[in-house]
This record gives sequence, C-alpha cells and structure tokens, in this order.
Amino acid sequence: MKDNIVLQMKNIHKSFPGVRALQGVDFTLRKGEVHALMGENGAGKSTLIKVLTGVYSKDEGDILLDGHEGPVAIHSPQDAQKVGISTVYQEITLCPNLSVAENMFIGRTSGMGQNWKKMNSDTEKILKSLDIPASATQQLETCSLAVQQMIAIARAVDMDCKVLILDEPTSSLDEQEVEKLFKLMRDLRSRGVGIVFVTHFLDQVYEICDRITVMRDGQLVGEFEIKDLPRVKLVSKMLGKELDDMSDIKGEQKTYERKAGEVPVLEAENRVSDAGIKPFNFHIDKGEVNGFTGLLGSGRSECVRAIFGADRVTGGTIKMNGKPVKINKALDAMKNGIAYLPEDRKGDGIVGDLSVRENIILAQQVLRGFFKPFSKAKQYEIADEYIKLLSIKTASADTPIKSLSGGNQQKVILARWLFTHPEYLILDEPTRGIDVGTKVDIQKLVLKLASEGMSVTFISSELDEMLRTCSRLVVMRDRKVVGELSGDDLNQSKVMSTIAGGDK
Amino acid sequence: MQKKEVKKTDENILTRMVRNQMFIPLLALAALALFNLIAGPEFFAITLGTNSAGNPVLSGYPITILDSGSELAILAIGMTLVTAASGGQDISVGAAVAIAGSVLLRMLCGGNSRPEELAMPIIVAFLISCIVAMLFGAFNGVLVAYFKIQPMIATLILYTAGRSIAAWINNNELPVITDPGLSYFGGFIPGVPIPTPFFIAVICVVAIFLVLKFTNLGLYTQAVGINENSSKLNGLNPQLIKIISFVILGLCVAVVGLIKVSRIQTINYSVIAKDIEMDAILAVALGGNALSGGKFNMAASIFGAYVIQFLTQTLYRFKVSADALPAYKAVVVIVLVVISAPTVKEWFGKMSRKFKVKEVA
Amino acid sequence: MLKKKVAMLLAVAMVAATVVGCGGGDAKTDAPADDTKTDAPADDAAADDGADDAAADDGADDAAADEGADDAAADEGSAGGTIKVGIINNDPNESGYRTANDKDLKAMFTAENGYEATFQYSMKNDEQIAYAQNMITEGVDYLLLSAADTAGWGGVLEDAQAAGTEVILFDRVIDASEDMYAASIVSDMDEEGNKAVTWLEGQGLDSYNIIHLQGVMGAAAQQGRTKALDEKVKAEPDKWKLVVQQTAEWNAEKAQQIVQSVIDSGEDFNVIYAENDDMAKGAVAALDAANIEHGVDKKVIVMGFDCNKWALEELKKGAWNYDGQCNPFQAKYIDDVIKSLEKGEEIAEKTIIMEEKGFDAKEITDDDIEKYGI
Repeated sequence: MKDNIVLQMKNIHKSFPGVRALQGVDFTLRKGEVHALMGENGAGKSTLIKVLTGVYSKDEGDILLDGHEGPVAIHSPQDAQKVGISTVYQEITLCPNLSVAENMFIGRTSGMGQNWKKMNSDTEKILKSLDIPASATQQLETCSLAVQQMIAIARAVDMDCKVLILDEPTSSLDEQEVEKLFKLMRDLRSRGVGIVFVTHFLDQVYEICDRITVMRDGQLVGEFEIKDLPRVKLVSKMLGKELDDMSDIKGEQKTYERKAGEVPVLEAENRVSDAGIKPFNFHIDKGEVNGFTGLLGSGRSECVRAIFGADRVTGGTIKMNGKPVKINKALDAMKNGIAYLPEDRKGDGIVGDLSVRENIILAQQVLRGFFKPFSKAKQYEIADEYIKLLSIKTASADTPIKSLSGGNQQKVILARWLFTHPEYLILDEPTRGIDVGTKVDIQKLVLKLASEGMSVTFISSELDEMLRTCSRLVVMRDRKVVGELSGDDLNQSKVMSTIAGGDK
Repeated sequence: MQKKEVKKTDENILTRMVRNQMFIPLLALAALALFNLIAGPEFFAITLGTNSAGNPVLSGYPITILDSGSELAILAIGMTLVTAASGGQDISVGAAVAIAGSVLLRMLCGGNSRPEELAMPIIVAFLISCIVAMLFGAFNGVLVAYFKIQPMIATLILYTAGRSIAAWINNNELPVITDPGLSYFGGFIPGVPIPTPFFIAVICVVAIFLVLKFTNLGLYTQAVGINENSSKLNGLNPQLIKIISFVILGLCVAVVGLIKVSRIQTINYSVIAKDIEMDAILAVALGGNALSGGKFNMAASIFGAYVIQFLTQTLYRFKVSADALPAYKAVVVIVLVVISAPTVKEWFGKMSRKFKVKEVA
Repeated sequence: MLKKKVAMLLAVAMVAATVVGCGGGDAKTDAPADDTKTDAPADDAAADDGADDAAADDGADDAAADEGADDAAADEGSAGGTIKVGIINNDPNESGYRTANDKDLKAMFTAENGYEATFQYSMKNDEQIAYAQNMITEGVDYLLLSAADTAGWGGVLEDAQAAGTEVILFDRVIDASEDMYAASIVSDMDEEGNKAVTWLEGQGLDSYNIIHLQGVMGAAAQQGRTKALDEKVKAEPDKWKLVVQQTAEWNAEKAQQIVQSVIDSGEDFNVIYAENDDMAKGAVAALDAANIEHGVDKKVIVMGFDCNKWALEELKKGAWNYDGQCNPFQAKYIDDVIKSLEKGEEIAEKTIIMEEKGFDAKEITDDDIEKYGI
C-alpha cells in the first residue's frame, strides 16, 4: 500500500434481493484529506458506507487498511471501530441525558471500575485540544446540535480513528455551526485523519473537500481532484449526462404562454415552511405543466409541501385564480382544488393495510365529509372505474394496497387524487422506483391532463422526464430557488449549469 | 364482484378459514363449549323461573354469560376504536367506570346518601355521567393525540387517580339507591325474562354498526392507525380522530357504569369494574385485531368479549379461585400472542400449502 | 425527549392523585384546624357546654404538672392548655370503614374537647413516617398512628421517646416492643370470625351448606374471618360443608358471579358467609334473580361484616340475617387512654381490644343502625 493511503476498498459487490446495490466499486482514502462521496438517490453511497462499517457484509471485494497486512475483515460496527473506522451520523447517536464525559467514554472502559475524575479530566483535555466549547460534566442535551456533533467526532478521534465518516453532518446545522464543524474537520485533516464526507450541499463540497468520488446506480463513476471537476461537471456526472451529448432534447410540450387577461391558477409569494427552505415565489397557469428541479436535498419536495400545507407553514401567501386563500393544512389545499402525490410513497402515500378501493376513495371521501360515506356499491364502481382507467394490476378492489407492486401502488395514489378532480395536481417523484412502462404511462397521463386544462407540477430525479413533460422548470440549489428556465433554455446543459450555480 | 368470488373458490377452504378474523374467537369458543359439554351437558341448560319480585326470568350458565359478558362487549367496542386509531390501549376504563358510576349516583342522590326518592330522573343522571365520562375520555385522547404519549402511559394517570376522583365525587360516602327503577338496567325489566344488560349491549352493538355504516368512522380510524402521515396528507386530522375514539370509549364507559351501579344499587370505589380494562383489551386481541392499531373487525372484538366471559364462567364452574383467574387468562394471552406471531403464521401458511398439495395429489 | 415528557406526566399524575386523594379530606381537615385557632377565644367568652370539659382538662393538666406546666401557666386563659395530637391515618377513600374511622376521629379531637389536632393521610409507609417525624418536630403531645405497614417505625418511636411524645397505635399494629408506645387499640379479627360462627351454630340448622365469599387473600380481616369457619368445617365435616370457598376480593360483582355460578350449577346451599357487606350484597343480587328466598326464617341465611348502615337496614328488613362489626370507632378509646396518661396513670394493658358486636336481624333496633352503622 502506498504511504499516504489509509483505506482502500477494491471491487466491492453487494446485492439485495432484486437489487444490485454495489457493482465493483473502488474507493481510496488518503491520509489527511477530506473526501466527498457524492451521488444521487440510489447511487449506493450509504450501502458502501455500511459495508465499510460492518453493518452489511459484502458479497465480494477487499478492504485494505494502513497498518494491516492483507484484507481486513469487518463484520460489525465494533470491528470497524477496532480497526480505526468511526462514523458520525446526521442524527446524534449519543445519549442526550448523560454528561459529555460519559458520552466520550461510554462503552470504551474495560471492566466494571471507572475513575470518574480521570474520565472528566481526560475529556476536558480532549475538548480543549479540539477547541470544542463544552465542559466535561455538562449534560449532552444542553449542548447545541453542532457541539453534540463535534463531541461525537471528538469521541471518534479519541478512539484513534484513522478513517472518519461524516454522514450528512451538516443537514441540521445553521451556517455558523457549519463553519465551526469545518474548522474542526480542517484541524483533524492536519492531524492526518482521513475524512469521508457525505453531503448534498455542493457549496460545502467545494469549500472543504480535496477529492470527490462520484457514484451512480451502484457503480463508480470516478474519483476526481476537486480542481479537475467544476460544479457543472460534477452535476452532470451525478445525473449521468455527459455535457457533450447534452443534445438539446427539447421537450415535446409546447412552450406555454399565458393568454391575455388570465390569472395564474395558483400563485405563491414568499411561501416558507418549517422544513428548512428559504421563502420562494411560484406560480402556475391553467393547463401548464411545470416542475421543480435540483439535486436530492435541494428543497424541491419541501417547496411543493409548503404549497400544499403538508409541513407547518410559517409564512407567505397563496392566491388561487387571483383570490387569496388560506392554506395551512392539507384539507385547506384539497378544498381549493389542489392534489398532492407525495414523494415518499410508503410513508406518506399508501395506507398499507387498507384495500385498493379504500385507498382510491380516501381523499374524496374526506372532502365529502364524515357523515357522507360512499355506499359500498358506489365504492366498487369508482374503484373499478379507476382500476380500468389507469390499468392498475390488482387481484381485486379488495386487495390490500401493500401487496401491489410499487408502480401499481403509485397508480392507486394517482387514482385517489384524480378522483378528487383537482384543478392543480402536484406529483412529487411519481415515477421513482417503478417500471419503465408505468413511467411512460404516467408522463403521458400528465400531458393528457394538462391538455384537458389541469395544471400540473411534476417533480422527478430524472431530468429527461422533466424536460419531456414540463414547459417551465424552477431550479433549486441548497434549499433556495436559484433560477427559472423556460423556452429555449429548457435543455440539459442549461439546467445543470443552473443547478451547479454557473459554469464554475 | 364476480371476479372476487371466482378468486375465492380457488383458495383452499382451510386457508380461507384460518385467515378469517373470526377464526380464533370461534375456535376458542368451540374448544370451551366442547370442554363444558364433556364435563357435563347441564352447563347448557336454560330454565325459565321467576325472580324474587315475581317476574319471569331465564337462568342458566348461557344466560349468565350473556348477562355478565355484556359490559365487556360494550367496552370492547370503544377499546377497538381506540386501539385502531392510536395503536395503544386505554388502561383507565375500570377507574373511569368508577367515576361514571359515582357521578350517576351523586346525581340520583343529590348529595343525600340514602335518598327516599331520586333527585332526578335516571335518564338525566345517566346523560350527565355520559358527559363526564366523555370528558375524561377526551382528556386521555388529548394526552395521546397532542402530547404524543403512548396510550398506556397516558391513561396510567387516570388509572391511578380515577378511583380517588370517584370517591371524592360522592364525598367518600357510599350512597344506596332503593328505587326499583335503577335495578332494571343491571337486572330484569318486569315481564322480560332476558337480562337487561344483554339488551343494552345489543343496542350499543347496533348503534356502532349503524355509525360504522353511515359515517366514515371506520375508514378514518383505520387510516389514522395504519399511516398517520398519509392520513394527514389526505386531509384528515389524526389528532381529532384519536380524541374522538377516546370519547366514544368514554361513552361506552358511562353505559357500563350504569349497568354496574344498577347491579348492586350502590358503588364500591376501589373494586367496581376492577381489572375490566384487561378483559376489554383481551377481547380486542382475541378478536384477531392487532394491538398495534390499524385495521379492525368490530364484530370479532364483541364476539371475543363474550368468549372471554364464557372462559370466566367455565372457570367459576370448576370453582377455580377468583384470584387465579388472571393466570388462566394469561395463558390465553400467551396462546394468542404466539398464534399471531409472524413466524407461527408462516408455519401455518406452510402447513396449509402442504395440505393443499396433498389434496391435489 | 419522550422520556422527559413521560416523566413529567407521571409527576403530574402523582400530584393529581395526591391532590385528589386528599381533596375530600382536606376540606374537612382544614375546617377543624381553623376552628381550633379562631374558636378558642370565642369559647372563652361563651363558656358554653364545653366548659365542663375544659375544666376537667385543666384539672388533668394540673395533676400532671409536667414540665409543660410553666408554658401552660404563662398563657393560661380559662381554656387551659390544649392537648396537641398528630393523627396519621390511611386514606379515608380506602373503604367505608376508613371513612367512618376518620369521621369518628375528627369528631372527637376537636377544640371543644380540648384538643388541637393535625391530620395526615397516606397509604404509603414512607410518607407516613415522614409525616410522623414532622409532627414530632412540631412538638405534638400525642402521636396517633394507623400504620400502612408494620415495619420501619423504629426510628420514629425512638425520636418520639426522646421528644417526650406519647405514641398511640390504632387499628393497625407495628413491629415494636410494647414499651416503645403507650397503647395499641385494635380489632380482634379472629374474635369477629368466632362470634359469627358461634351465632351461625346457634341457628341450629340440620346441615350447613355454605357459600364462603372471602376478601382479598392475606388481608387481616380475611384471615381472621376465614379461620373460625375453616376450623368449624374441619371439626364437624358431616354437618358443615363448604359448597364453594372463593375469594371475591371484597367485590360485589365478583360475589354475584360466583353465587350465580353455584345457582347455575344446581348445587344446594343454605348459608352465604360473606366476609364483607359488599360481597353479601352481590350474593343477594344473585339470589334475588333466581328467586331464592333469603333472610330471617327463609331458605338461605345471609351473613356479612363491617356494619355498613345500608347493610344494617337490610338486617332490619329481615333480608339478611347477621352482620358482624369491625369497630372503626377507636376515638373514644384513644381519648380514654390520653385522659389517663394526662392524669399520670399507668396503662395496665397496652393492647386494648375494642368491643365488637354481631347483629342479629331479629334483635337489631333503629338505634343500633344509627349508632353502629358506618
């Protein structure tokens, strides 16, 4: 192994039933570097990290570590810790009701005895050396989130870690806290610790990282020096579109123009929710299809959730057809003719144990009211109608929705919202994790609905889909709206450079 | 609809039977009935006699089961809804029955612990006790829905304090009502040989089935219990629905309070409806409903309540000491939990598939 | 976070339970205590019928002439030195017995009777001990105690002795040598059982087929009331039979179910021996439903315990046959003990067993109901 390399993963394979999560991935980490691991959803980042930390066992491949002869075997997180690999997650995994010192040493002492004095003084020393503003005897939960994270890092460092994995550590920190964390990371880098940094924030990558490894669809795209990979290239690598062949796949849709005297169906002004996005403006016209785009975690879902009232709305106004309306919760939005197919199908969409029939009628039933249930016969009629219309493959209308395939579940949810006959339909990743045929069906349906006068906002991780269906794209980066593209600007290269923040 | 039927005939009869939610309570009932039949068929004898007031009454073990099981059946209705919506159980119903009963007596007595005549009509007193019981239900519901406390822990408050509250309502007195009108609810209506609690239970059961048919209570509670996030995004208010389920349980509690007080015409705060919460929860479980919430089958819960009373009565018949009853019920719980465990279900599935293969062969 | 919330709630629950637990009692507790302070001067002026008592107390004080005499002399009005008693009892909500007991004590230890009383309630031993220590520190003359548990009182008794506080136990005994307390006033549960069984034997039936409904197993009252019957059945197994012997846990509904079950089984019985009134009531409900005659000169003899007022009324009507008393009225006995101690007399027999009655339906009078009903 070369001198400055602390960790090398070679040809790692890992499969789950039906999914090849990692296919021959290599990863190399050097001493004293901050190495970004980038990739969109399903790229295999977290699988790779879990293999490295012993949460998953790999199917194939070797892990080599500085100071160890031959491949090391890591079968559990404890093994990983023993060989000097530590992970700090976004959620603090320490014990909030213990003191800082106790958290530093928990699970690390041998035997039953414990020298509390020494433990406290050792902790003070570590905190001081890393310049962490906390005291040893302080209860952990009284520290700020950033400090807690730093303590988790300090604990890892104190355990002689050579490889420190930071999994989305900055997601819940504000800017100053991030700055403090970066200071600590730089400090550790200068001490020779190799840091793997997983994040969705492009700016942060370019601020602190030395090298980037990009993954896509369980495969390695490449390892790059930061200076060799401008943002726009990084984005294209993550999305899997080479800049060169960004042949301007122009959408089939017509460029939309508002007719004179018409007001937007929906207009949002300075809308903001507690989900961590910056206030944004947005509008959609009758029969228009538009979309929010940006990398994972850029805030596109949070924006539509803020419009629908799915998260707690903290400010801004909504106008429907020019009239101000109050939308603070889902029911408000529904009453105003807005429908929302959520991104997390399993967590927010389906009601698993209920039948396809009940899932289809649910939203409209709620709109109708508590005392006006549809009769059983009517329910079957509706369900059968939509099962036919969307060609949902289900044994019967009484089959529990959870036993359907992902694509068919999605169609049921779509049926649920279509049945409310909305004026404005929001589809958040309707095509994720479903088969190609269904994807095409859904895109066609969106265009058909729009031609019938419905306004649709369509969000997808796949840029192609969005370019094909949307006539206007709102571009987001780091939880801010950073641009709006329409007409001739609607091509891959322009979208990606906007996501990346210029051609840097 | 037709397609469905075709589909069904494909399935093995055994599989279908095992899958039916009524299977477990029916099996339990059959086992108990068989056991009692072997021990002596006189268990099932019903005789028509007269009671001390000269009214015709039916008696015998089956009648006793219908009589005493009624309170449990009524509570099972509310408990099923609470379980479905909140994914937990209310352990304060026994204490809440004490409160409802105490309010009822307090209203009937008007502060005098041995009244010559009732201070107000029974129906008015009962309605007041309903309101009080529903308020306590709402209190539990708010703790569960808004403060996100596990239902068992939230209701622990009332479980602890309820009986003291009940005693306080009547100034620690033990009122005794001699008006025969009150005794009808827990006994017999003159001229009707079937115990009134059974009628009350039937009324409650019919009422809840009408409510389930003509409102969306069933759909909403299940949706909230299965997936709260999704329900919220479909315009439901999960908090409100949870509270409603607790309020309905409160109403059931008030009805049970009336029956209990009527049975003995007085109240003993520390023992009235003691441990009834455990039987009510058991009824829900025996009905094949997941205690973690979600989908429910109301009929199975109610049926389960009577099966439990059947078990209790069988144990009494064999003179099992009353303080040993919980141990026998614990056995039932263990069996239930094991049967509904995923691994055992899998095994059942395998066995039934084997059975099917043999049949084909 | 969740843990915190739960902890908070539990705390709230406990506070609520405490507040509620004392709610009914507090109003009553405070009232006499206030009376003590505000009424004392009024007493002086009015010199009402309490004056005799006060005079008697004065006499007692003088006779005692203890070290407190100086104090007494210093603020000597006509009321003389009141006797400070601290009373620690179980929660009056616990049972009708306890409610009656508490009422009796409150009626006795009043300013009119020359007492200044503080009441504290708890069903938890450690809380009771804390209350006791407070009272001793506050300098009560007598500590009256109905302990929740028999153990753990050594420290309190020593403190009391050092402070010159006399301890009088009532209703419940504790593990301590006799010289650590002044007197102990208790019921003899065995005697209650004996009395009842003797009465039953006196009914002269040809055979006794008994449904025996027991209280919560292990309770002192259950043990005492069961013992006599068990012995009798053992001694004369041909004549005395237990059709069923089960615990209904003091619970009327359970008793009703047990008796119903016996009726359903068709077994013959002619005695209901219920260890409290509630269970007897439940049993009678089952008998009524099956039209089985009960009471005086009827097929089934009904026996209960505790002498609830309503139960005695049933006796008077002839629907029940017997009710055994568990005397909650210890105040008079305690008062006597205090009076003799104040006079400087020795208490000869420290364990004082209260007189307890057994009422026969044929002999009970309205006066009895008024006087002994709780």
